[in-house]
Amino acid sequence: METLEFRFASHPAGPAADPALCGVVGSGNLEILIRAGDDPAACQLSIKTSARGFGDTWRAVLGDFAAAHAAGGTTVAINDMGATPAVVTLRLAQALAEYQGGAQ
Amino acid sequence: MNAPLPREWDSLRQSRQRRLERAATLGFGKEIPVDRIIDLLEAVIQPGDRVCLEGNNQKQADFLSESLADCSPERINHLSLVQSVLALPSHVDLFERGLANRLDFSFSGPQGARLAKLVQEQRIEIGAIHTYLELFGRYFLDLTPNVALIAAQAADAEGNLYLGPNTEDTPAIVEATAFKGGIVIAQVNERLDKLSRVDVPADWVDFTVKAPRPNYIEPLFTRDPAQITEVQVLMAMMAIKGIYAEYGVKRLNHGIGFDTAAIELLLPTYAADLGLKGKICTHWALNPHPTLIPAIESGFVQSVHSFGSEVGMEAYVAARSDVFFTGADGSMRSNRAFSQTAGLYACDMFIGSTLQMDLAGNSSTATLGRITGFGGAPNMGSDPHGRRHASPAWLKAGREAAGPNAIRGRKLVVQMVETFREHMAPVFVEELDAWQLQKVMGADLPPIMIYGDDVSHIVTEEGIANLLLCRSPEEREQAIRGVAGFTPVGMARDKRAVENLRDRGIVRRPEDLGIDPRQASRDLLAARSVKDLVRWSGGLYAPPSRFRNW
Repeated sequence: METLEFRFASHPAGPAADPALCGVVGSGNLEILIRAGDDPAACQLSIKTSARGFGDTWRAVLGDFAAAHAAGGTTVAINDMGATPAVVTLRLAQALAEYQGGAQ
Repeated sequence: MNAPLPREWDSLRQSRQRRLERAATLGFGKEIPVDRIIDLLEAVIQPGDRVCLEGNNQKQADFLSESLADCSPERINHLSLVQSVLALPSHVDLFERGLANRLDFSFSGPQGARLAKLVQEQRIEIGAIHTYLELFGRYFLDLTPNVALIAAQAADAEGNLYLGPNTEDTPAIVEATAFKGGIVIAQVNERLDKLSRVDVPADWVDFTVKAPRPNYIEPLFTRDPAQITEVQVLMAMMAIKGIYAEYGVKRLNHGIGFDTAAIELLLPTYAADLGLKGKICTHWALNPHPTLIPAIESGFVQSVHSFGSEVGMEAYVAARSDVFFTGADGSMRSNRAFSQTAGLYACDMFIGSTLQMDLAGNSSTATLGRITGFGGAPNMGSDPHGRRHASPAWLKAGREAAGPNAIRGRKLVVQMVETFREHMAPVFVEELDAWQLQKVMGADLPPIMIYGDDVSHIVTEEGIANLLLCRSPEEREQAIRGVAGFTPVGMARDKRAVENLRDRGIVRRPEDLGIDPRQASRDLLAARSVKDLVRWSGGLYAPPSRFRNW
């Protein structure tokens, strides 16, 4: 297990909302919990991952997420079981959309 | 005036006659007892012969292959093998036991590692790796077989053959061999008094042998919907909305894999919701993919011509004769040569996957230590310059590539990949393994499956790159980097250049296409299990036992 922590500037996600949970803890997959955070201009992320040594990739994937989406004012907890960047990116987008509660 | 040199003009016929006489001397008629097949093979095959061993990606003349491998290398050696697919252990045994030393082929999936080892030990000489249609072409030019060993479903007393739904390569092989002084030997699953359909007439066939067990058929095109991921659903949504709908792709081929299986399973749901029924995916060159059943049942599909059949699909195909090509007896007739021709000239799109792609868009499934070949992909994944008829999809692609005054269209050649394969192996690379493999093989060219200049679009989880609209090699490179995700190639992108390409619609993200990531769910698949496919087929689809988990 490896634990990683990141904080990125991001446009505000909007008003604080109920926590949103997305994904499953299974091989090649991950679980994401988004909750309201304290700083509306930043996205705070903590990752527990079974795959060691991918810190730079996580930084790139999560940095792109924070830049491409309005994720400010959220705290994101991730339980990862070796998901590829493709799965991480999709799950993050799904979890944030769920958190913001937009019409499907 | 010099007198013409005397020569014989029927040496092939005479050679054939001598071979048949040797067989007759040993007491052989047309029907060979199963326990004497080796005697027959040793009588009619000569050292140095070119032998076509029917083996393609589905049907295999496995009994004849094993029998040939059991022949004496003292009697039979220096064979040159020509065959679509080197797939069985006995195919490689022929080289390891010293019966054969040269190979011209198309594909070697499961034996790729053993083949690479033989090449390194210089125990095999590879003439070339071909695409199927190219190899068939050479059967009629410079690689005509002396002996063809083929697989049929049934023979009647005269020796007429019924090939069943897996007609596949047999007509092309037999025609080339029988009409150029060659010998045709068929293994059959059964002998019948009367055949329901004659696929090969008796006078093209010299010998038949009833094999101790039915010829092996690999269910190569069955994909269990249960294994399709949400990333694959997302990519399928992008492909349908960003390519199929925009070009109005009606005539197409899908490669093998879960990526394209996901597209097939989104036709009755996502594509139907977009109002695309009747506007896309009406005519196919495709094996009977079980994952196409829901689209057929939903009325999306008008016609399917197949390269081969697929295990378990026989009854379903027979019951849908408006869609599939079937004989008067009701059973399907496939034909790899004709379906590849349809894929080349009559399809507006090929979409498939690959293992590696470089910055020029060249792709290859060859990786170090494995010589796998490419099957039909180089043919269908190429823009045919001999095409002359127009269609809206072909014209639109041609005008995107060469402007409004283009004098020809373009085939859409789409590569669909996740940026990382299993074990975080990046698909996008600076240099293909194919270049190193070329050195190992001593080949003239690297084994590239689809050339970058034929590729029109790349679909990844990050978006779609439209290479038709790129106007320079630099733009092309950035467009590829721009969908290469977090691979080293993708991370090395020029972000401003990629954003510029995005502004021009050359790179498009899911959000640019109006795709909601929350919709990318397995719930969108028309079938989520093999059992669902059986249900869609009204019980006609009978999946092989390994796909039955209920």
